[in-house]
This record gives sequence, structure tokens and C-alpha cells, in this order.
Amino acid sequence: MSKSQSSDEGVKRTVRTTVWALLGMVLFTIALVPLYDVFCEVTGLNGKTATSAQVMSAQERDDTRWVRVQLVTRSGTGLPWRLEALDQVIAVHPGEIAQARFRFTNTSDVRSSGRAVPSVSPSQGARHFRKMECFCFQEQWLEGGESIELPLVFQVDPALPADIQTLTLAYTLYPMSEVVAQGGYRE
Amino acid sequence: MASESTHAVLQPNVGTAEQHGHHSAQMPTGIMRWVLTTNHKEIGSLYLLFSLLMLFVGGTMALVIRAELFQPGLQYVQPEFFNQMTTMHGLIMVFGAIMPAFVGLANWMIPMQIGAPDMALPRLNNFSFWLLPVAFGILLSTLLMEGGGPNFGWTFYAPLSTTYAPPSTSFFIMSIHLAGISSILGAINIIATILNLRTPGMRLMDMSLFVWTWLITAFLLIAVMPVLAGVVTMMLLDINFGTSFFDAAGGGDPVLFQHLFWFFGHPEVYIMILPAFGIVSLIVPTFARKRLFGYASMVYATASIALLSFVVWAHHMFTVGLPLTAELFFMYSTMLIAVPTGVKVFNWIATLFRGSITFEVPMLFALGFIVMFTIGGLSGVMLAIVPADFQYHDTYFVVAHFHYVLVPGALFAILAGAYYWMPKWTGHYADETLGRWHFWLSVIGVNLTFFPMHFSGLAGMPRRIPDYALQFADFNMISSIGGFLFGFSQLIFVWVLVKAIRGGEKAPAKAWEGAEGLEWTVPCPAPTHTFETPPKFVPEVDSPSRH
Repeated sequence: MSKSQSSDEGVKRTVRTTVWALLGMVLFTIALVPLYDVFCEVTGLNGKTATSAQVMSAQERDDTRWVRVQLVTRSGTGLPWRLEALDQVIAVHPGEIAQARFRFTNTSDVRSSGRAVPSVSPSQGARHFRKMECFCFQEQWLEGGESIELPLVFQVDPALPADIQTLTLAYTLYPMSEVVAQGGYRE
Repeated sequence: MASESTHAVLQPNVGTAEQHGHHSAQMPTGIMRWVLTTNHKEIGSLYLLFSLLMLFVGGTMALVIRAELFQPGLQYVQPEFFNQMTTMHGLIMVFGAIMPAFVGLANWMIPMQIGAPDMALPRLNNFSFWLLPVAFGILLSTLLMEGGGPNFGWTFYAPLSTTYAPPSTSFFIMSIHLAGISSILGAINIIATILNLRTPGMRLMDMSLFVWTWLITAFLLIAVMPVLAGVVTMMLLDINFGTSFFDAAGGGDPVLFQHLFWFFGHPEVYIMILPAFGIVSLIVPTFARKRLFGYASMVYATASIALLSFVVWAHHMFTVGLPLTAELFFMYSTMLIAVPTGVKVFNWIATLFRGSITFEVPMLFALGFIVMFTIGGLSGVMLAIVPADFQYHDTYFVVAHFHYVLVPGALFAILAGAYYWMPKWTGHYADETLGRWHFWLSVIGVNLTFFPMHFSGLAGMPRRIPDYALQFADFNMISSIGGFLFGFSQLIFVWVLVKAIRGGEKAPAKAWEGAEGLEWTVPCPAPTHTFETPPKFVPEVDSPSRH
């Protein structure tokens, strides 16, 4: 082809620039995952709560309003356990410390481990839901047929937006043996 | 003969035109000629024929879907297979039919419209085409595997596509990677060609709208294909290597998948429509015998649509549980896209205004595009309204919307382009009578198929189900009849194409009276090598943006 020398140079330059842009987008894609995590941690966007015990909020208790906290449980796949919320709805004042009880039952006759993963809706409420003590911070082990009661100690931050009157905390049970075998929990 | 070929091997790149004619006589013959070709016209033809084949493969799957939905209850296929059909139909039409067809048109027409002898990187061009048959061979082979092919919808949401996916999913991921690499290499080639190989004197604002829209599309491909590659790689790691990007059990987040997918997915839908805008912007002026109204505003509108496509992705996920602020932001940014799109439709209509219009087949398809794409655009604005979308989400209303923008939108524009440039490719005009039959049966078929879907969707019929409640029966029966009419009408196109290749009315270099552009200065059919010396281009006379 009678492409001139200068256009050959130009093609090389363009290809180099586009390949750099491409690599930039690859890096950007990889960065999107941690960025999403940080973004969600700051905004509570995905309804996730803290993964370790939090300190109490020192803000004054707001006696002028009530927040209904609904506790729901779901069994994930493949774990022969039952998780029940013994207190299904608790009405609290923002700032008040409250406790809810959950019962874990292993319905099979073999020892196994599981973990309850929490999610709060509406998601804007997630970062205002503070947990001082929770079974969800670590995995549980249950002998076959064993049943235990575990508490959740929590506080709804008085900074919770006024338009949120109900918070739903959903726990989903997942088998931990599989997760551990596959590489562990991503904190 | 032997000494001649030795000669060709020893001096492969002596760059005179005469040498080239001689050289091509030494080219491999038979199948190897097509496997090894680096000629932009031959690769363009390969792309177009491949996409035509995929159109019929994906179309057959659509007809399996429509046959099953003809009546309520399960008649022909099991739900598991039905799910594979909806998934494969979407994947094949998006990645195998529409996108390669546009790349094929780009290969054929961009060098000829900018006065270049070939694409900038001919060997890469060959490679990016031949990745496609491999990619789709792998994808189609999953249907025969144990557990079946992909069954999670073309959007392959996690955890449907990870935790609950069939074992063949890793093959699906491989084929998406290959198709993605093919698109990226094609995009690099197109950018390098447009930016460096324009004939002397042709400025960017002198390029045809088809070249412009493809340049912008290529940048979109460079920007979002890596995101698609990233998201399928994360799926692969989740499935096979124990990571938890999208698995809540391991601390991941399935919603992250949707954000990543649609960050790719929304620009992707513009990748499938911007070149269509370019084709229509050439055909309408030709048959209205007027210059395109508002050339510069067309370029800026295309660029605005491309930029806006990066900030609207979450309108696909309004029901996933976004904060109110995010819903409002994505609602308004989505509605903003109607402005540059409206500019385009306005400009096409203004071009038609007081034109000397004739209705040859390419023009029929282009006008059909303008009318029916606008219907799809309008239902898009309806879907952008958050509270309304809560009702429409995942119903047949959405199916109606995106089929209106993709079938009488993207596909009609491709067909319009095929009829428009067929004289240039084959040397013969497409059969006008058969073309008209093709157009009118397609229009009737497309509207019979997709218009009733608006109603079944508004009445609450969900997407991707093999069976449905009795009140949707009439609408579905009409859709199925329309679907079969549309599907079989496309066979007329094959007939037209074969007829034009074999013979027919001979076309002069400038096949259409009102056509402009450098491609109409070379003979019909275009010789294997064109513009080996750059053609003369005087912006004051030749530019579509001249005053």
C-alpha cells in the first residue's frame, strides 16, 4: 500500500495512545471493586453494617420519636440449620441500647458451621444501626441437634434521618465450611 | 508460475498498483483466501455474512420463544430450555449480529469514505474477525453440554450466573472474552484508520456522519469493553477460584455485579445505535436530494449521547434499592439524553423538509427507522420515570422498548445501509420489487410482534417466562404471528442479496443520483484495491459540512 511514512508514524502513535487508554480502563475496572466497598461503607448504600463491634454513640437519647426495628431471618442454601428471631419487632428510641435474642438450631446430627450475614433496609439507615455485640461478627459452630440462643445488642443512632421510622434487619444464614474451603470471608 | 511466485515472495511489498494486481493473482485461492485475507472489503464481507448467519441463528431462537408463547401453558419446550433460548437469543443478537454487522459496514465503507487504501492495521483486522467464529462456536456449543447453555438472561446477573449457573458458564465467559477482544481490536483499528489515513485536505469536520459516529462508537468500545472483561473475569473467579466478589455468603455484594454490568451495558446500547444514526444521516440526504441539515449539531449530539451514556447506568436498576437522591439523579440524567437524540430526529426531518424525496428501498428502511426508533425512544423516556419504572421493570413493556430501538432501530439501519451500498459491493442494484416486499412485510411483522408487548407489559406480564396468565393470551398470539412473519420475511433479504451478487441492473459509480462521498467516485462493484493514491478532496466542494 502506498501509505506514507508520516501516516505510519501516526498509526503507531494512535495505537499506543489507545492501548494506554485501554489499560487505564482495565485498572479503573479493577479499582471499581474497592471503590464500591469504600463508597458503600461511607454511605451505607448496600445495607451492610459494620463487621466488628462498635462503640456506643454518645449522643443523647431522643425520646421524642420511636423507631420500629424488624428482625427477619432467612436460611441460605445448603445448611441444615434453623435461625429464629425470638423478638421479631422491637420499638426503640434513637440512642437507646436494646437487645434482641436469636435461636440457632442445628437440625442435622453432624457438627457444622455457619454465619449469619446481616443486611439493613432501607440502606440509608445501615450506617446508623450500631451493633455492640453480634453473633454475626464471627462464624458459629453447632453440634448435631444443638440449639443455642445468642443476643444482638444494638443502638439506633439519633442521627438517623427523621423520615425513617422502620428499620429492617435481615439475617441470612450461610454455610461457612464451603466459604472457608473457597477462600474465606471478604471483610 | 513457480518462478512468478518466488518473485512475489522475494519482493512482497513493491508498492505500485500494477504490482498489486499481479500480487493478488498470487493470493491463496479457495478457503485460504478468506482465512488469510487482509483486504478491508473482503473482511467487511466476512463480517457482514457472519452477522447475517448469526441473525438467523438468533432469530431461530426467537421463534422457539414465540412458538412457546403462542398459547398459555407449556407446549413445545421445557422452562429450562426456554431460559437458554432467551439468554442465547439476546447474546447472539447483541454480540453476534448487530455489533459485527456494524464492524463489517465500517470495514467496507470507512476506508472508501475517507479515501484510504485499506484499514490502518490489516492483519489485526483479519485476527479480530476470525476471533468471532471461535467465540460463537464456543457459545453455541454450550447448548449441547451437560446442564445446558447459559440460562440466566443476556444480562447474566449474579448470583444466577455464578452460584446457580450451569457448569458450562466458564465456556460462556471464554466466548464473551473472545468477542470482547475482537471488538477492542476492531475499535483500535477503526480509530487508527480514521485519525491517520484520511485523504489530504479532509478535516475531521469534513468526514461523513457514518465515519463520525463510528469514531465515537470506537472510543465507547475502548472505554467499556474492559469493564465487561473485568466483570466476567470476576464471575470466573467467583465460580472457580473461591473469591466472593458477588457472593453475599462470602461478604461480597450481588448488587456490585449490576453496577459493573450496566456501567458497561448502557454505553453498549449506544454502541449498537450510534453507527445506525450515521447510516441514516447519509441515506436521508441522498434520497431527499438535499444536504444534511445541521451537520455540526449532528456531530455534537452524537458526542453528547456518548458522554451521557456513562452517567445513566443505574436507570436499569431503579428497583434494586437505591437512595432517593441516586434515583433522581439517574432519572434526570437519562431524560437529558432525549435532548441530543431529539436534535438528531429534528435534523433528519428538517433534511426531508422541502426535499425532492423518492422512496427507493434504502430510503424506506431509513424512514422506517426514524419513525419506529422514535417510538422506542419515547417508551425509553417513560421507563426513565422512576415511579413508573417500578411498575414497568422486568415486564414486557421493557421488552417492547428495547426491541423497538434494536430491530426497527439498529437492524433497519443496517438493512438500509445494505440496500444503499449493495450496488457498490456487488455492482448491481438490489431488486427493487423484492426489496419493497421485504420492507413492508418487515414493518408489518415488527409492529405486530412488538407493539402488543407494550400492552401485555403494562398489564403486568413479566419477562423471561415460558408460561403466562390467561389474560395475556390474545396479545401473545398476535406477537407470535408477527414474529414468524418478521422472521420469514428476512429470507427475502437473502434472496435479494444472492440475486444482486449473481446479476441484475448494473450500477454506475455514483449509484444514487443524490449521493455524496468518496465511495461514489470508485466504480461499482468497487475493485479489490481502491484509493492507492489518495483522492483529491476539496472541502469547499466535497465536504458534507460546506456552506
